[in-house]
Amino acid sequence: MTSLVEQLKSDFRIKEGLRGCINCGTCTAVCPAATVTDYDPREVVDTVQEFKEKSLIDLLKSDTIWRCGECLSCKTRCPRENVPGYVIQALRSLSVKTGMFMESDQGRKQFAIKRTVGDHILKYGYCVYIDEVNTDRYPEQGPVWDWYHKNRQKVLERLGAAYQREESGALRKIPDESLHNLKKIFEETGAAQRFEMFEQTARARALKEGIDFDYTNDCEYFKRLYED
Amino acid sequence: MKKPVANSNWQSYQKEIADDHYYFARSCIRQNVFPAAEDIFLNILRNELSKDIFDDARQTTCTGIAYHSGILPFETTMTVVAHQFALMNEAGYENFVCSCVTSFGIYSEVLESWKFFPDTLNKTRESLKRSTGKDFKIPANLVHASDVIFKFRHEIQSRAKYRLIHSKTGEPLKIVDHIGCHYAKIFPEKGIGGAEYPYVLAGLIDAWGGKQVDYPERRHCCGFGFRQYLLKSNRGYSVANSKRKFDSMRPSKPDLIIANCPGCTFFLDRWQYTIAEMHGITYGENGYGIPVLTYEELAGLILGYDPWDMGLQLHQVTVEPILDKLGVGYSPEEKYKGLNHADLGKPEMPEILKCI
Repeated sequence: MTSLVEQLKSDFRIKEGLRGCINCGTCTAVCPAATVTDYDPREVVDTVQEFKEKSLIDLLKSDTIWRCGECLSCKTRCPRENVPGYVIQALRSLSVKTGMFMESDQGRKQFAIKRTVGDHILKYGYCVYIDEVNTDRYPEQGPVWDWYHKNRQKVLERLGAAYQREESGALRKIPDESLHNLKKIFEETGAAQRFEMFEQTARARALKEGIDFDYTNDCEYFKRLYED
Repeated sequence: MKKPVANSNWQSYQKEIADDHYYFARSCIRQNVFPAAEDIFLNILRNELSKDIFDDARQTTCTGIAYHSGILPFETTMTVVAHQFALMNEAGYENFVCSCVTSFGIYSEVLESWKFFPDTLNKTRESLKRSTGKDFKIPANLVHASDVIFKFRHEIQSRAKYRLIHSKTGEPLKIVDHIGCHYAKIFPEKGIGGAEYPYVLAGLIDAWGGKQVDYPERRHCCGFGFRQYLLKSNRGYSVANSKRKFDSMRPSKPDLIIANCPGCTFFLDRWQYTIAEMHGITYGENGYGIPVLTYEELAGLILGYDPWDMGLQLHQVTVEPILDKLGVGYSPEEKYKGLNHADLGKPEMPEILKCI
């Protein structure tokens, strides 16, 4: 069986993102995640470049790899052209592939992102869609959004958008053919299988912990991951 | 005379921007949050500059937000990008213009991956063929929509009704430019001016008569953080990073913030409301926030378009202070009206942030 280290090394984002870290800490100095948590990209990259199975497993099971915000400011500033953000992408992929993401609080939250952004893509053809965005779930949207959301049909009509219509323009209904193509691409490239795995692992976890779980985002398991 | 370092650095990164015949890829966030902004862009290109730009009803998300949140394999995103290129080919275009900065980063990332790891290109071609029956050609030119506005900034200025100067004092308006991280931090050579001294928005400020605001956290991320914002539990990441920027720019007393990324525009607008309600801090004058506009909205304003036709009433931070400074006329009564002056009521007022 191929070791985790070998699997990680085969990811082209590791080939692109890891060229020999000198531990200068520039990435950590500019990192938005490091300003608000104890996340330290220098430490992550230094751990990875040791290529030890045990320390890699610890990372894959940790909250740490889910703290990065993927702004990729680190790519610009690293004096040796390392890209901690790419290393994180490869670590996250391996964590999901091996199921180790379920070992961390932050990793388990991937299910909630699948249930929102992931499902929106296949349902609407957009990553986010106005019908699904309300101030209960996104309170920072504020009272103007509340007004807009409540009156969206008329506001969007006044602004010339193509909301829910099959024609070019903002917020148009994406044609069935395009939605069908997205679905087929997801099936062909492993995304559909990954989404199903997120559902199955979440369901099993909810069952084990005795938390209410169903296929809506009103269930207790989703709310806990999304809000707590 | 020796040129200032910053200016010479700005000029060291140039990029090719096609002159005409564009395929336009819309942004998920921009369509939802600033739903008229992209039509301002299309209107400027078609009706002010007489350019050909195709707005395809068949296009979809690029999936960039999902990829950067860690829920999608890169193979999926590469194939969706290839699908977008196939749609462009079928429409008879080869110059791809995207509205979203995350998308611009994704398209650039995919093209670079195909270039340096040709096996990924072959696999993507096979995946697209098997799943949709389509083939695709790589675009001749890939740019962000703000690049196009930058390219034609002087032509826009020549048609403008307003300049970025205070209508009463004659002083240049102080404007913060915020560049989305994925515009040039991933590939500095693909952004006008590079990553450290991006000129894509600063060039608009200079050309249209305003004054750039430099401040310590000018290049800091707005704090989107993809999965960090998308999860309510992690959203402190996002607001804390925006606050870092607001606190840093505050001593400069900016009149306006502009951004080229729809997400950044959204966060810099909404987090001012949140910070006001949570901490009682406001960053504009007299209890208002600092207005935040997209580059298309700013271009539309100086061209004399009606603010409410452009959807500026959908910003949580009230825009009237910048309209008044520019001397732009507007009807307060029409702000929240529907078609044919239909009464749609009004939003509630926040408790702390002053709004109109």
